[in-house]
Amino acid sequence: MDEILKEFLIESHENLDRLERDLVNLEKDPHDSETLGSIFRTIHTLKGSSGFLGFGKLEAVAHVGENLLSKMRDGLLVINPQIAGALLSTVDAVRTMLAEIEATGSPAERDYSELIALLAQLKDGPSDSPAPAAVAAAPAPEIASEPAPAVDPVVEASAPAPVDPPSAPVLAEVPQEPPAASLPPTPTPTPISAPTPPPAAAPAAPAVAASAAPATPPAAPTADAHEPRGSAASESSIRVDVSLLDKLVNLVGELVLARNQVLQFTTQHADSAFLATSQRLNLITTELQGSVMKTRMQPIGNIWNKLPRVVRDLASMCGKEVRLDMEGKDTELDKTIIEAIKDPLTHIVRNSVDHGIESPEGRAERSKPREGCLKMRAYHEGGQVNIEISDDGGGIHIERVKQKAVSRGLITSEHSARMTDHEAFHLIFMPGFSTAEKVTNVSGRGVGMDVVKTNIEKIGGTVDIHSQFGVGTTLKIKIPLTLAIIPALIVTSGGEQFAIPQVSLLELVRLEGAQTKQIELIHGAPVYRLRGKLLPLVYLNRELKLHDAPEVALRGEIHIVVVQADGYPFGLVVDEINDTQEIVVKPLGKQLKGVTCFAGATIMGDGHVALILDVLGLAQRASIVSEIHDRNNLHEAAHTRKADDQRQTLLLFGSGKGSRLAIPLSTVARLEEFPRSAMEYSGGQAVIRYRGQILPLVRVADYLPDNGHTPEDDADTMQVVVYSEKNRSVGLIVGNIDDIVNESITVKRHAYGNGILGSVVIQDRVTDLLDIQTILRSVDPTPKPGSAAA
Amino acid sequence: MSQTQQFATFHLAGLFLGVDVLKVQEVIRYQTMTRVPIAPSMIEGLINLRGQIITAIDLRRRFELPDRPEGQLPMNVVIRADDGAVSFLVDEIGDVVEIDDESYESVPETLTGTARELICGVYKLSDRLLLILDTERASNLPAAYSRPTVKN
Repeated sequence: MDEILKEFLIESHENLDRLERDLVNLEKDPHDSETLGSIFRTIHTLKGSSGFLGFGKLEAVAHVGENLLSKMRDGLLVINPQIAGALLSTVDAVRTMLAEIEATGSPAERDYSELIALLAQLKDGPSDSPAPAAVAAAPAPEIASEPAPAVDPVVEASAPAPVDPPSAPVLAEVPQEPPAASLPPTPTPTPISAPTPPPAAAPAAPAVAASAAPATPPAAPTADAHEPRGSAASESSIRVDVSLLDKLVNLVGELVLARNQVLQFTTQHADSAFLATSQRLNLITTELQGSVMKTRMQPIGNIWNKLPRVVRDLASMCGKEVRLDMEGKDTELDKTIIEAIKDPLTHIVRNSVDHGIESPEGRAERSKPREGCLKMRAYHEGGQVNIEISDDGGGIHIERVKQKAVSRGLITSEHSARMTDHEAFHLIFMPGFSTAEKVTNVSGRGVGMDVVKTNIEKIGGTVDIHSQFGVGTTLKIKIPLTLAIIPALIVTSGGEQFAIPQVSLLELVRLEGAQTKQIELIHGAPVYRLRGKLLPLVYLNRELKLHDAPEVALRGEIHIVVVQADGYPFGLVVDEINDTQEIVVKPLGKQLKGVTCFAGATIMGDGHVALILDVLGLAQRASIVSEIHDRNNLHEAAHTRKADDQRQTLLLFGSGKGSRLAIPLSTVARLEEFPRSAMEYSGGQAVIRYRGQILPLVRVADYLPDNGHTPEDDADTMQVVVYSEKNRSVGLIVGNIDDIVNESITVKRHAYGNGILGSVVIQDRVTDLLDIQTILRSVDPTPKPGSAAA
Repeated sequence: MSQTQQFATFHLAGLFLGVDVLKVQEVIRYQTMTRVPIAPSMIEGLINLRGQIITAIDLRRRFELPDRPEGQLPMNVVIRADDGAVSFLVDEIGDVVEIDDESYESVPETLTGTARELICGVYKLSDRLLLILDTERASNLPAAYSRPTVKN
């Protein structure tokens, strides 16, 4: 294709993207002359270039659009949904034509006269009626006092001057701005209908752009660095072919490997010159790696920019009012990842608007503001990017989700009864699931969320969902920054090295000596009690059919890598944990695609190839994922207090004057010991700074009938049971931790006081069951955002 | 006037095989490999070829021939493919031979089994037959292996 044409297409696509964004913004703030100016210039440029390249039809459409805009820019018209809709259709029409030009070299024979007529009619509409409201609302500029007032001349001006590149006139306009062209707020009803005779074309041109020109350079967003408009921007950036960047990244990957190998040699040499050189090589490589990776980084705003339009169109189609808030637009991600999450994100947003946010009436009934709010947030966290999409809509109705899943035959009704809320939410990610009562144009065809999930998992990300019925839904996506070089833990099993991506890593546990006996078997399946919860174990060497390394068994220690697959943790037993490394991910050949346990391979410092474990694939192979589903369900059943005759694992502790209390161990996050001096007060509530949070403290003795001074109040250290539920935590100050028992409990005596559920007999002693829920409510420790310890 | 073609030749348990010389990226001696657990047995492992990770396929196993005698190290014939390179492990490397197209014949019908699938033609040399390896097929796993994750 012609070089000029190609440039034109690329630039026009960029322009259209910005146009769309600006239009939606303008609709929100109709008096933003800066945005209006930007829209005007964009369409003007488009018109100029298409005229120059001989696309008459394209030019004609842009022309009427520009005419309409010029009236708006002059303050004679104010944007309304009708105008915005028409202008957006113009954008669509232009986009269609551009696509056709790209495909065939010229726009297809299509009739745009309707659109043109609509635009023309909109332009003329208010000017027919004398002193329309629109005019009164927007202060009209003093057209009469202007030497080159009308916009129409400009339209002609750029067309007969095809020698210049399209954007050149605009560039030239920036310095010489007639100050009078900015809109002065003098509401003078001017004779607008009288067309001004076109004066000399040349002087008219500057006047057009000048109205918004003063704000142009600072207003140019970073994403538009390619725009030749901002003077500095055009010189400081160039367009580079993505494939060239890909090649660079690959080469840097090689360099990193070579560097790692060189560094290994340095350990065997004492030559100081060599050491210094390799140190330098190390530094430079690291820096180069960072910079090259950066070239592929793009702000997530690049794909978010499309969303305001999506939301706007959808909202008006569904008769809803939706505001879109975006936070963290500058968060950068690798280009391939950006591409990969584009569709899933759009889908989620559509879903939120269509299903999530209620109609204005429905919202009013629930005493929410009529306008729904869709909030998107992106931020970096621990080498990953988190994207949250939350709406303040209706939330997910768990029972309806369950019913739907049962009626679709996705789960059994028995299964649904045992399901936790969290698991129920995840049902919406199952293929063939949709709760929309009726299929709309937008969504509800039963495809979608499962595709969203698969697409995100494909790039090594995870999706999580939280929802509260009537309050809203939040989807949280975690994705890696880049796919090319990732941090990983290197482990050894059966004499081979494997890399485990840091993303799926939770923690490392080492058992030695007598602790190794703590691995128990449930019908042959090994489990370990990790803080009271059963952690299923997978022996990596057995799963991969590697040789047992006999010396490992003799060493008397067991290394457990706790990883997470699909939200379910399990322990991977390995022979040795080596270290963490930045590894360069290399794909496996097609012959190995069927082996789901490996996500790729990498080259270690010694040139040796190591396989990268695919934790999810491994979990599936070891049947962990489905197994845990069942286990969690059982566990959850045990959790419910209704079932009196259940075996429960209980934490026993003493408090007050010899009372013995118990709480289910599953609710205990940690047992801690704090010095009494660490206790502080906040609003009369005893608190303690704990892991960057403020943990409210509750004296358990206060909930006992005889709650006077107790021996534990005198001790220098406090025994604290940290209880966590969802994201609420509370610390219970107890006297002493006694034991952990697994008992079948029967409540003998029912509650006698606030905070006590009832009494049971455990180990021949009367033990009170603490009512954590009541205690939690009494301190209401809902963590507010940013409640980190000061 | 007839055309000639060049083939890189190698030996594999009594078979004399050849591939188009232009498809061969390089020939290297045996490298230490990283075994791929639970992969089909014909995949010998992964080798690091100057930063590129290449799957090595044992041609003996691919041809369902008996394993190489203990102690005999195979050679790597690295073949260029559309989606990266692949290495075939063979017993011994032969010469590059230039052969007249006229001596070509298609595979006789009597040849059956795996060999039939992997050999795409025969050249009649004066003293022996050169079998042309279908590298594309040989680098793919046989259909039976398409789902190699067999649960125990």
